[in-house]
Amino acid sequence: METRKSLTGYLFMAPFLVLFITFTLIPIAVAMGLSLTNYNLIQVPEFVGLTNYMNLILEDDVFLKSLSNTLVFAILTGPLGYMASFIMAWLITLMKKGKGAFSLAFYAPSLTSGVAMSTIWLIIFSGDRNGYLNNFLMDLGLIVEPILWTKDATYLKWVIVIISVWMSMGTGFLVFLAGLQNIDPALYEAAKVDGMKSKFQELRYITLPLMKPQLLFGAVNSVVGAFAIFDVATSVAGMPSPNYAAHTIVAHLYDYAFIRMNMGYASGVAMILFIMTFVVGRICFYVFRSEED
Amino acid sequence: MEMVKIRKIPRRKKMKVGHTLFVAGMLALVCFTALPMVAMICRAFMPLDELYLYPPRIIVRKPTLSNFADLLTSLSASEVPFSRYIFNSLFTTGVTVFLSIFVCCAGAYGLAKFKPRGSTTIFAIITAALMFSSYVTQIPNYLIVTELGLVNSYWALILPKVAVAYNFFLVKQFAEQLPNSILEAARIDGSGEFGTFWKIAMPLLKPAWSTLAVFSFVSNWNDYFSALVYINKDAMKTLPLALQTLAGGAGVVARSGSVGAATLLTTLPTIIVFCIMRGRVMQTMTYSGIKS
Repeated sequence: METRKSLTGYLFMAPFLVLFITFTLIPIAVAMGLSLTNYNLIQVPEFVGLTNYMNLILEDDVFLKSLSNTLVFAILTGPLGYMASFIMAWLITLMKKGKGAFSLAFYAPSLTSGVAMSTIWLIIFSGDRNGYLNNFLMDLGLIVEPILWTKDATYLKWVIVIISVWMSMGTGFLVFLAGLQNIDPALYEAAKVDGMKSKFQELRYITLPLMKPQLLFGAVNSVVGAFAIFDVATSVAGMPSPNYAAHTIVAHLYDYAFIRMNMGYASGVAMILFIMTFVVGRICFYVFRSEED
Repeated sequence: MEMVKIRKIPRRKKMKVGHTLFVAGMLALVCFTALPMVAMICRAFMPLDELYLYPPRIIVRKPTLSNFADLLTSLSASEVPFSRYIFNSLFTTGVTVFLSIFVCCAGAYGLAKFKPRGSTTIFAIITAALMFSSYVTQIPNYLIVTELGLVNSYWALILPKVAVAYNFFLVKQFAEQLPNSILEAARIDGSGEFGTFWKIAMPLLKPAWSTLAVFSFVSNWNDYFSALVYINKDAMKTLPLALQTLAGGAGVVARSGSVGAATLLTTLPTIIVFCIMRGRVMQTMTYSGIKS
């Protein structure tokens, strides 16, 4: 009976498992293996041990630049987008009217395609006086000459951060909104009787502890998204970007894998991305662990 | 309008300053999120002279549909009509969403309701896979897709994206709540295992898979990397890639109207789909937390 039940279960799971193993699990293993080789798609992969990793970390200045850019982008956009999502969701649940319009206005950016929106960003951040931002700042008298937002490496980085924050604020937003709406209002009533004074105390002692599972889900999504900034950076800044100011890990991976056809080296880059995302994801699991377990 | 609505929330007098800051902050945030969207929508309807007006305007003065007409009739960027890209995007996204719903629902149902031996481990692996960025598997996936002879085909854009951990996870959390008694009753009535799944479980799982449909639609519609890697024939490109070609290269100034129209056509479908399905999405997201 148990065996039969297991078998039926596996039959239902079979299509998922076949595709999941083929396109997710095996690829992770293959990427690990390839990262230890020299492979150009034509010749047989040649085992080189940890050479790729050594070269990446010790020799490849552009990689180190992409690593530091990615970390800066991730640290700024991940937590910033995450907190903005949460605060916005919290404020919206406190609102009496207009919830729908506000949540749509806030969530819509994360529904857009980074590549498509870059055509608008390039106009907003255009380097001449016709750019919306330059025009606005010149009208206010804050700048005299137009700024080359996307050509000057100093500004470019911040432009990418702003765009990524804009796109990432919706990550987790729906999860938070749903979680907040699902909290039993009786709990707040009880807390009021017990002398809880402000909305912030409510947030600190009732809402946040009850929302740990949703917070974790949101955090994991936001970490994965933040480490994977690519489309926006390349379509706004070009590839390679001026002075590599918008070069991210994924851009480096793409460059070595699909332009230079150096699959072994590029797999090394992929593994470093994998380890980084996984470690930070694990930290999220630790921070937001549910207390009952 | 909105200011009046918000003003009702914090009632305490002490909080007056905080309240003003709150309203200002909220409006600033909404401006930050909405202005680029407003600019995007307006530029699609701007005649060419307005697009290059100085000082630049955000709001369109004399809206026109000529940008869309230009985009859909001219072949300025390549030999392929733009409608072909719209079809490519619609077709690959549609099939991916449909297959993903079926495969992930069946899988999640099998795992949640039959709890086969080893299911705890499998679920742990799938939860861990939530943390894999799809870029990590891109190189081996490229090798696999090449090996299967799928480069430059629609399948290259579909197959790797059907069994997504995130989708499985969403449905599984929901499938746990399905009452066993209903499934049992169907079996006693002589319904086979697949019939029970298809006729009883699937309708009950509708909130979960309609949410999955929305997310899957959004991420596949916007997916740029897959097409960039697997497709090098013009006729097989999807919208984001085609738009990038249109927006770059020679003669782009004359095409700015078409670019505006194409940007709107690429952006709008996800927002429309989301608006239609909003209620269902919210219902499912309630179950989406991870208990670690």
